[in-house]
Amino acid sequence: MNPELNLQDKNRRTAITVLVVVCLMVGLSFASVPLYKVFCSVTGWGGTTQLAETLPSPDEVIDREITVRFDGNTAHDLPWDFRPEEVSVTLRLGERGFTSFVALNRGDEPVAGTAIFNVTPLKAGKYFHKIQCFCFGEQILQPHENVNMPVLFYVDPEMHDDKNMDDVTTITLSYSFFRTDSENLEKALENFYEAE
Amino acid sequence: MSDDGQEHSHKPGFFARWFMSTNHKDIGTLYIIFSIFAGLIGGLFSMIMRMELQEPGVQLLVDSAGNPDGQLWNMFITAHGLIMVFFVVMPGLIGGFGNWFVPLMIGAPDMAFPRLNNISFWLIVPAFLLLLLSALIGAEVLSPEFWANVDATGVKIGDFFGVGAGTGWTVYPPLSGSAYGHDGMAVDMAIFSLHLAGASSILGAANFITTIFNMRAPGMTLHKMPLFVWSMLITSFLLVLSLPVLGGAITMLLTDRNFGTSFFNPEGGGDPILYQHLFWFFGHPEVYIMILPAFGIMSHIISTFSQRPIFGYLGMAYAMISIGVVGFVVWAHHMYTVGMSVDTRAYFTAATLIIAVPTGIKIFSWIATMWGGSIRFTTPMLWAIGFIFLFTVGGVTGVVLANGGMDVALHDTYYVVAHFHYVLSLGAVFALFAGFYYWIGKMSGRLCPEWMGKLHFWLTFIGVNTVFFPQHFLGLGGMPRRIIDYPDAFEGWNMVSSYGAYLTGIATIWFIFVVFYTLFFGKKASGNYWDVQPQCYTLEWSLSSPPPFHQFEIQPKVK
Repeated sequence: MNPELNLQDKNRRTAITVLVVVCLMVGLSFASVPLYKVFCSVTGWGGTTQLAETLPSPDEVIDREITVRFDGNTAHDLPWDFRPEEVSVTLRLGERGFTSFVALNRGDEPVAGTAIFNVTPLKAGKYFHKIQCFCFGEQILQPHENVNMPVLFYVDPEMHDDKNMDDVTTITLSYSFFRTDSENLEKALENFYEAE
Repeated sequence: MSDDGQEHSHKPGFFARWFMSTNHKDIGTLYIIFSIFAGLIGGLFSMIMRMELQEPGVQLLVDSAGNPDGQLWNMFITAHGLIMVFFVVMPGLIGGFGNWFVPLMIGAPDMAFPRLNNISFWLIVPAFLLLLLSALIGAEVLSPEFWANVDATGVKIGDFFGVGAGTGWTVYPPLSGSAYGHDGMAVDMAIFSLHLAGASSILGAANFITTIFNMRAPGMTLHKMPLFVWSMLITSFLLVLSLPVLGGAITMLLTDRNFGTSFFNPEGGGDPILYQHLFWFFGHPEVYIMILPAFGIMSHIISTFSQRPIFGYLGMAYAMISIGVVGFVVWAHHMYTVGMSVDTRAYFTAATLIIAVPTGIKIFSWIATMWGGSIRFTTPMLWAIGFIFLFTVGGVTGVVLANGGMDVALHDTYYVVAHFHYVLSLGAVFALFAGFYYWIGKMSGRLCPEWMGKLHFWLTFIGVNTVFFPQHFLGLGGMPRRIIDYPDAFEGWNMVSSYGAYLTGIATIWFIFVVFYTLFFGKKASGNYWDVQPQCYTLEWSLSSPPPFHQFEIQPKVK
């Protein structure tokens, strides 16, 4: 066999292997987007809150009090007034917490918004469970419509066993509403203008 | 005519030789010229920055109305950073010395894919142009109205630049997004520039890996390979694994900016912090990409001029491998302030500190090589010793910054600026100069007068230390980086730092003079002009200076 040809084949094989690795790494960088999301929701990173079906049973409630503060704000292009009804509540770990936010559409046509949310300190995300929340879906507000948006939540009693959480006496739950576009909004807009 | 039967070199004509080059030495030369040229531009930016920072208040970087122009400042620091990283250090160390000496040291006739090599070089030129043009787009001086009213308004430095990409070299969203003042084309052009530079480096890395794996001379096992070749091999692996991640991240940024996706846009459920993770997953290996070839060059110079084989050869090679491997799992130490949990910060602190161990192995092995050696203080040796000293200073401040608790106080201060300039500007750049003086005779066939190189060394050594050592004090005092102005209390050390910059500028002009003097009037160099001893010998010294256009037509054998 011609040794020159042999080297060429070898070179080609090596280069192709390297370029496959390059493609894999590009793929990995894009795959990191969903992976990061899953990672955050599983570990509570970045103050990502947890979903729960039911409250813990009453005998799990621990006699440690925690203050939950509320914050609501909107993106600059969303014509809504959005604020919590109460500044804070104090409750025990595992106890049912309930509050609601009020939103008013100042605009003259239907507007859709989606809330993003997290808690601070960020490390508390793992222990903050929401059972019911307006933030799970898109909200459409008719012009000058005023709605109450309830949140049902509890703080996990397991937090008491985490020594990194010993210094936490207050958790702040924050929502930011952003304007969104969707088919439902388009339907609402159509209905609104047809009714006029 | 050389006496080794290689006189039939078939050099092509000027255009074909330099613009369609497939010769690894010519491409290496092109890379080195490009790197010096880009270095002068990047250095000019830093001179303007130091002039602005010399006194409190904003004197130089003002807009047409005479107000302080923070965006212009941001554009300058961004351009300085990107140019120095992607268009000076990488083309110089990897494209320049890598292309020149990897084939020579392993006894190969050329790189594995000569034409791919040509593509690599010619991708980096448009990349550089795109970055420069991004700064000029929308500049006042380009509009006829400006020249119509020029008598009334006068010409300010800000008139020469458009909005530009004032994002920092990290290009973090949301600052780099269209909602925060970067709605023009400039950031998109900067992103394309990085795409091209990245593609160039990836192709180059594939070429190096193939060359080193398949084309070593018979008898040269991996464990007999010169350390510079080792360093290029590891660097290539780092490039191949990390650069695609940057490519992915900035592509997502591009679609976020232009096509309404929301990878990093919280409105649509994205997370800007994810960009930081992706960027630093590339960015941390990147700093080793810049320093590993420097380590390789250092090993050869110190061995040659101590006239002893390098101490602990295998340890040196495996130290570089472990630096490369561990370098991939420490990235979040650039992000201690984004709100990671205590345990995470503890991990990244510990992992980062571990890198000090292989780095220490390298530093101590160089010192052990010199110990008891018959040291010749030639120009390259001065740069090499300067490198060890300054890199160690930068390494020590790196150990300080590695601590999550400490970094919270020092994050984004001039302490960080001082740290990474000690390892890069005074580390990687010293290696560039060391390599240049070590090999210029081999590359050009002409010797640089020793006193000229030594004068350059001392001017630069004093200059850069005067620039960057005071920045430690400024940082510890709390002066934030990336800001055009500062409180009066920081005036003194800033002035010292600026004087140092001017001295470094003079040293650089001297360097340009030295280059031209050497190329035109330098004495002819023999094949082994440094008198490299057999125990430190590498194959490039067996060839004439400059080497024949096609070398090793008879493949050398290594025992």
